[in-house]
Formats: sequence, structure tokens, C-alpha cells
Amino acid sequence: MTTETATSRRGGRQIFGRAAPSRVPDRVLKWGLTTLAAFILVLIAFFFVRLYVEAQPAFDTFGHLGFVTGNEWNVSQDTYGAWPLIVGTLITSAVALVIGIPVAVAVAVFLTELCPRRLRGLLGTLVELLAAVPSVVYGLWGVFVLIPRLKPVTQWFSDTFSFLPFIGGEVAGPNYFNGGLILAIMIVPIVSAISREVMATVPAENKEAALALGATRWEMIRTAVLPYSRAGIAGAAMLGLGRAIGETIAVTLVIGNAPQIGSSLFDQGYTLAAVIANEFGEAASDPIHRAALIAAGLVLFVLTLLVNMVARFYVVRAERSQRIGRGERA
Amino acid sequence: MNAVDDMTAPTPPSRLAPISARRRRTDKFARGMLWAGTGLALVPLALVVYYLLSRGLRAWSWHFFTSDPTGRFIGDPGGIKSAIIGTVLIVLLATAIAVPIGIGVALYLTEYGKRSRFANTVRYFIDVMTGVPSIVFGLFIYIVLILSGTFGGFAGWKGSVALSLLMLPVVTRSSEVVLNLVPSGLREAGLALGAPRWRLILRVILPTALPGLVTGSLLALARAAGETAPLLFTAFAVNATTFNMGQQMNSLPIQIFNDVRQAQDRIVDRAWGAALTLVLMILIATLLARLVSRRSRTK
Repeated sequence: MTTETATSRRGGRQIFGRAAPSRVPDRVLKWGLTTLAAFILVLIAFFFVRLYVEAQPAFDTFGHLGFVTGNEWNVSQDTYGAWPLIVGTLITSAVALVIGIPVAVAVAVFLTELCPRRLRGLLGTLVELLAAVPSVVYGLWGVFVLIPRLKPVTQWFSDTFSFLPFIGGEVAGPNYFNGGLILAIMIVPIVSAISREVMATVPAENKEAALALGATRWEMIRTAVLPYSRAGIAGAAMLGLGRAIGETIAVTLVIGNAPQIGSSLFDQGYTLAAVIANEFGEAASDPIHRAALIAAGLVLFVLTLLVNMVARFYVVRAERSQRIGRGERA
Repeated sequence: MNAVDDMTAPTPPSRLAPISARRRRTDKFARGMLWAGTGLALVPLALVVYYLLSRGLRAWSWHFFTSDPTGRFIGDPGGIKSAIIGTVLIVLLATAIAVPIGIGVALYLTEYGKRSRFANTVRYFIDVMTGVPSIVFGLFIYIVLILSGTFGGFAGWKGSVALSLLMLPVVTRSSEVVLNLVPSGLREAGLALGAPRWRLILRVILPTALPGLVTGSLLALARAAGETAPLLFTAFAVNATTFNMGQQMNSLPIQIFNDVRQAQDRIVDRAWGAALTLVLMILIATLLARLVSRRSRTK
């Protein structure tokens, strides 16, 4: 009789002769983890709001548009316009992309299509090691090795091709080009890693079809591999761009930190990230200067946000089209 | 499914023609360029490693590792003891903050949230966090923990918090991937035996995924160890060794950053020695991560 009531009280769940487990820890864990996830969203919202509030004095003084388009960044006169910094950020990132992307894509194609199997693991690891070197070490290397070695070469280039726009004149030691070159080195591993992942998903049928039709190895790459992975490569390039825009310390050390728009690629410049790293220490006592630097951080944040959103769009699209291409519908 | 139907590539020429000399040349040239591009990518690595070893080893000595920077410009500049200890403490605390939160969020995403709209929003913003420049995290922590004045001035633990923000998305993303690899058969078996979800998570899912979680955390740690920007105005820098995370703390990246900008050769030498030390520490963490993941794969 007693067993009967026990079973009916537990709704028939009791089969194995053990007490039904309590539901409380389950709820606690579920809500705990959900709160943690919600905490991330709150954190990012808080992040944005606090940056904006602290940057407010700068926007009040110079206006939102005035701050972004202002052409003068002058600490001694308390005049802050971020345009030279934005231009510097864009120039160095553009140089990084122009040099870095072709190299990164070449590495990815080489490792997926041409490399002898025995070498593949080794070379892949070596390229990844480029990402393990900290930014400040690239900066150190840039200041004491790259800049002095590169100066004669860039001076010759500048003299020979002075008829081109933005090239010519005296080459400064630290300059935009050096910053871009260091950034290029730093974005190669991430861009090539993502490109490799995308290229690895190209269906073997496509490649075999190209080869069977008599294509050479390169023609197979050009007609089967590259078109198929184009969206993924574009996404990888955008992620690299995001990295280049936000990179701070290495650029700070090799760009010269002059808050003006240089007349050539080989002039000294400044970037948004570099100005924060350099001036924040002395700005703590001057509210307007501090607000201007935080505003520069906000501009940087928004810029990387936009770039990453575009990148994500491309990468997601590439993943989706490939999933369909392989016949798995999610 | 016929893959050819969905082929997005333009159709290659359909007639079999003998490969002309021009096409052969193009092929050779393009392949050469791919070889050259890969070689080119490795040139900076070789150069950085060469200079790190040749300049860094010269700076190394017993004295170098056992003395603090003196802060003097004339005479003995001192070593990097305080910087090594600071880096280790700051990064360990950052890992202790970021790993539990990161794995917790990943558990929510794989075990509870799955493909719900809220979970996808969280995923999206974690990706957004990955793209935030590290110096902006530094600014944020400065505003919240230092400018507000409630927690005092610069301190080692604030540097840890800034680094943990940087590690959080890396840990979460890698953990989510690993947790998704746990076979659903294990989950179903556990539930079928009557185990409540929390025990399933603690006793089955986490132990199964453990090697992968450790690898992801170690890689995040390696990435954080080399970061300079978030520490610039959170942990700041001092010369003396301290184990008190409530005070300003030295660290290897900051030490290098400050030494590079000195004109003194001996101080620059210290930067090279510190850089070699830092790179070796990061390499060890990376190698450990690989070792853990390899051992779990062979098991």
C-alpha cells in the first residue's frame, strides 16, 4: 500500500528506486548561465554609454561633426580635431591591405593547393607563429631594424617615382608606410588562416572537373578555387582591416606621432589608436584633452564596429553558400 | 545532391585542347608567385626571430632576471624581475576572471540557448567584442574603475580586468566549438538515465570537453600576455617588484614599450632581452595548448 502511494505521488516517474532528483539546482544553473549571457549584452551597452558620456565635453566644445572633421589636433591650444588621425588610420590600414592581402591569399592558396603534404603542417605553423609575436615586439623590431634598413630603399623609391601622387620628397624615418608595412605583417596570419578554412571547403568535384577539362593547376585555382571562396576572402580581408585599424602599440612606435596630414606616403603621421596610447598619460589632469582622447577612442570603436559588421556579413554568406554547395541544408 | 548543379564557378572551356606554351608559361609564373608569396610572408618571421635571439640573448644574464629596473639613465639600468612577476600575476588573474565567465556563457549557448533569438544576439555581440581594439578596452576600464574614483588609482587587478575583457570572447567562442563537439549521444544517454541537466553538465559534458576547454583558455592567455595597450593606463608601471595586485604593477610589454623610447643603448638592450623573454613565455603557453589538444585526440 505504501509503495503505491509513493509512486502515485511522484507521478509515476519513480522506476529505479531512487528519490526523484531535486529541480532546484537545475533552475539555479539555467538562470545563472542565462544571467551570465545577458551580462555580456549589458556590459557592451554600458561600455558604449560610458565612453559616450565621458567624451561628451569634447563633443560639446567642438560639435560631433566638428570633432571628426576638425583639421587641427593641438594639445597646447586645447584644439582637438580628429581628421588627421582618421586619415592616418585609413592610410596605414590601406597600405596594410594592399601589401598584406595578396600575400595572405597567396599563402592560403599555396598551402591548400600546391604545397607538398609533408611541408604543409610546418609552413602553416610558421605562418601562425607570426600571430604569436606581440605587437610591442613588432614595434621594437620596427624601430631598431626595419626603419633604418628600409630608409635608403624608400628614399630611392620616393626619388624615382616622384611623379606619382603622394610619393616623393624627403623620406621621414618613421612614416605612414612603415606603419602600414608592420600592420601588413600582423594581419597576414589571420587573413590567411580564414582564407585557408574557406578554400578547404571548395568541393573536390569542382576542382577535379576543372582539371579533367584540361585546365592547368593555375587555371584550376583561378576558375574553381578563387571564385568559390571569393566572399570568404572578402570577409577575411575585412577582419584584417578591423585588426589593422585598432592595432595600437606597433604603429605608435613607427609612425612618428605628428598630428598632421602628411603630404606623401613617407611623411610622419598619427593614428587614432596611437594618439590615445601616447597622450593619455599626460591628459589625466586636463578634462578637455581627456574627453577628446576618449572621443577618439569612440570614433575608433565605431569604425572597427562598422568594418567588423561588414566582415561578418561576408563570412556568414560564404559559410551559408558553402553549406548549400555541399548539400547540407542547415 | 549533385554538387555540379550548384557549382558557382564559371564553366571551364569544354574542349580538350593541348596546353599551349603561353598557358604553360602562365601556369609556371603563377605557381612561382604563390611560392614567392609564401616565402615573403615568412621573411619577417625569420628576421624577427633572428634579431630577437641575437640582441636578446646578449642582454640575458643572472642579474637581468633577478633585479628590478633601477630607473636610472646612467650606470646600471637593472633587470626585469618586477616585469616578469607582474606579467605572470596580471595574466593569471585575468585568466581566472575570463575563463569561468567565458565557459559559462558558452555552456548557456550550447546547452540552453541553442538557436534562440537571444542566444544568437549574444553570439553576435561576442563577435563584436572580438573586434574591439584592445586600447578601447583599456580606456573603458580607466573610465569605470579609475576615473570614477571609487576603487582608487592604478592597480594590477584593473589591468587584469581589462585583459579579461579581451580574453572573454576568445574563450567563449573556442569553448562553444568544443562543447558542440561533445556527442549528443552522451547527452541523451545521461538524460535517459534520469540525470538532471546540471549533473549532466558537470559530470559528463564538461569532463568530455575538458582538453578542448584547456586549449582554448591557454590560447586566450597567450594572446593576452603580449598585450600592451590595455595595461597602459590601468596597471601602469613601477620599477619595484610587488605581489600586491592592489598597487601599480610592472609588466613585460609595458617595460618594453617604455624602454624602446629611451635613447640609451643599455636600456634598449633591456627591451630586447625582455622581448625575447615575453615571446618565449607566449610560445610555451601556445605549445602547452597544442600538447593538450594533441593528447586528447590520440586518446
